Amino acid sequence: MNFDGSDYVVRFENVGLRYGLGPEVLQDVSFALAPASYHFLIGPSGAGKSSLLRLMYLAMKPSRGLISLFGRDMARTAREDLPGLRRRIGVVFQDYRLLNHLSAFDNVALPLRVAGGRERDIQKHVEELLSWVGLGDHMNASLPTLSGGQQQRVSIARAVITKPQLLLADEPTGNVDDRIALRLMHLFEELNKLGTTIVIATHNESLVKRLGHPRLRLDGGLLLGDPQSRRGRKGKGDEMLDGSRHMEAG
Amino acid sequence: MISRRTDLPLDGDVLAGFLPWLIAFMVFLAVVAAAGMFILHDATANWSAGLTHTLTVQVPPTKGEKALPAAEDPHVLDALKVLRTTGGIIRADLVPQTEVLELLEPWLGRDGAAGDLPLPYLIDAEADPDAKFDIATLRSRLTKAHPGISVDNHRDWLDRLVGLIDAVEWIARGVLLLIGLATVGTVIFTTRTGLSVHRDTIEVLHLIGAQDDYVAKQFAWRALTLGLRGGTIGLALAAPTVLGIGYLASGIETGLLPDASLGVAQWIALAFIPILAAAIATLTARITVTKTLAGML
Ligand SMILES: Nc1ncnc2c1ncn2[C@@H]1O[C@H](COP(=O)(O)OP(=O)(O)O)[C@@H](O)[C@H]1O
Ligand SMILES: [Mg+2]
Repeated sequence: MNFDGSDYVVRFENVGLRYGLGPEVLQDVSFALAPASYHFLIGPSGAGKSSLLRLMYLAMKPSRGLISLFGRDMARTAREDLPGLRRRIGVVFQDYRLLNHLSAFDNVALPLRVAGGRERDIQKHVEELLSWVGLGDHMNASLPTLSGGQQQRVSIARAVITKPQLLLADEPTGNVDDRIALRLMHLFEELNKLGTTIVIATHNESLVKRLGHPRLRLDGGLLLGDPQSRRGRKGKGDEMLDGSRHMEAG
Repeated sequence: MISRRTDLPLDGDVLAGFLPWLIAFMVFLAVVAAAGMFILHDATANWSAGLTHTLTVQVPPTKGEKALPAAEDPHVLDALKVLRTTGGIIRADLVPQTEVLELLEPWLGRDGAAGDLPLPYLIDAEADPDAKFDIATLRSRLTKAHPGISVDNHRDWLDRLVGLIDAVEWIARGVLLLIGLATVGTVIFTTRTGLSVHRDTIEVLHLIGAQDDYVAKQFAWRALTLGLRGGTIGLALAAPTVLGIGYLASGIETGLLPDASLGVAQWIALAFIPILAAAIATLTARITVTKTLAGML
C-alpha cells in the first residue's frame, strides 16, 4: 500500500544532523511513518536514537535534509506554529524531564494548561489518568518523594494526557524490570489502537522480539532497514512504510 | 499581559530576593529627585511672580557740602519725575532713609551706618505687569538726570537664579531618566539570568507546546509583584526623607529658601512612582522574555 506524501505523520529525507561543529551523528536518514504505525527505534548506545527523536519532537533542527510532520515541511514552518504541532506530539523523555517543584497532578496537567484548557476539564482528565496509571493516591505528591518507577508513570501520563497523534518515547523501559516494561508497552499498545503513531527507542532486544513491531535500526548515525527489505541509499525510506512486512521480518 | 500561573519556580530563586531591593533603591532615588524637582519648580514660580515687576532705582548721594534730606535732593526729585512720567510704571516711592539703614545694618552694624557714611537714596517702583516698557530707555532717561543713577529691575539676578534652578531641574529630570533606564537594565539583567537559570524548565514547557507568551506572562507577573513590593519599600523610605528635608528647610529663617513642602497633587504624583516602576519592570520583563525566547527553537 502507498500513501500520499502528505498523509505521513513523519517523513525524513536525507536528513543529516551535527552538534555544533562536530561530525554528523545522523547521516542521510530517510524514512516515513504512516498514521497509526508502531515502530521500535533500535541500535547500540551512541547510534543516534535520541538525536533522531529530538528532531521528531522539534527540539532541534536538522543540519540538512527535509523533515515533515503531519504533512508540513518543517523548514517552511514559522516558529509561531511550532507550539501547535508540538501539542500533537507526546514525548516520554529518557530522564523524564518532570518539573520537580510541581506535584504529580500539576506535571500531568501542564500540557493541557499550556494549551489553554479549562481548569474544570483538566481536573477531571488528570485525575482519571493518574488513577489509571496507579497514582491515584499520589496526585498531590511532590515529585522528589516519588520513586523512579512512579516518576516514570507520571512522565508517561504527561505524554499521553492530550491523546497525541504521535508518541515518542526514549528508552521508556530503561530503568524498570521486564514485568513493568511489558505493562508500559501494553499501555502504548492501547494508545496505538486508538490511532496514535508510536516510536519507541529502546535497546531492550527481548522486548522488541516479543512485541514484534517493525524496527528502525540505527548504527553509527546511519539508518539501516531490516536487511531483507533494504534497497540501498536511494530508496527514500519507502521500505519502512509497510508495517506488516517488517513485522514478519522482526 | 501577565499570568499568575507559576510553572516556573521563579519565586524561589535568588533574584526574587534581589530585585525588590534594587527597585526599592531606584524608587527611593526617583521620589527624592522628583520631590526636589517639584520644590524647585514651585520656588521659581513664586520668585518670578513676586519679583519681576519691581524696580529699585539707586541715586548716589550728593557729595561735598552737607547733603539735603533725601526728599529734597534734586536728583531724587528728577528721578521720581522721570519714573512717574514713564508709561507702564504705576508707582514710584522714595524709600525712607531709616529703612535703607535697616537694610544695610547687617553689613555696617547698628552704629556704623548712622553717622557720616554717605548713603544712596533708594526709590522703589512698580511696573504694570501687563505693560511692556523698555528698561533700556528708562535707564538712559534716568542717567540723563544723573549719570550715577542705577536701575535694578532684579531681572538679571533673578534670570540667573531661575536659569540655575532650571538647569538643576533638568538635571533632576535627567536623573529620573537615568533611574528609569537603570531600572530597565536591572530588570533585563535579572530576567535574562532567570531565563538561563530556568532554561531546562522553559525548554520542557516549549516541547509540550507552550507559546513564548505563556512563559513571558509568568515572568511579567513576577516582575509586577516584585516591582510593587520594591516600589512600596522605596516610597516608604523616601517619604520620611522628603518630609525631613521640608522640616529642616522650614527651620531656616530666610525668605530666600523656597517653601519646601509639597501639595497633595504632588504627593499623589510621587505615590505613582512605585506604580510606574512596577509597570516598567513588568513590560521590560515581558519584552525581554519574548525577545530572548525568539532565539530558541
Ligand atoms: N548534546 C550533544 N552534543 C554533542 N554531541 C552529542 C549530543 N548529544 C548526543 N551527541 C552525540 O551524538 C551521537 C548520538 O548520540 P545519541 O543520539 O544520544 O545516541 P543514542 O541515543 O542512540 O545513544 C553520540 O556520538 C553522542 O556523543
Ligand atoms: Mg539515547
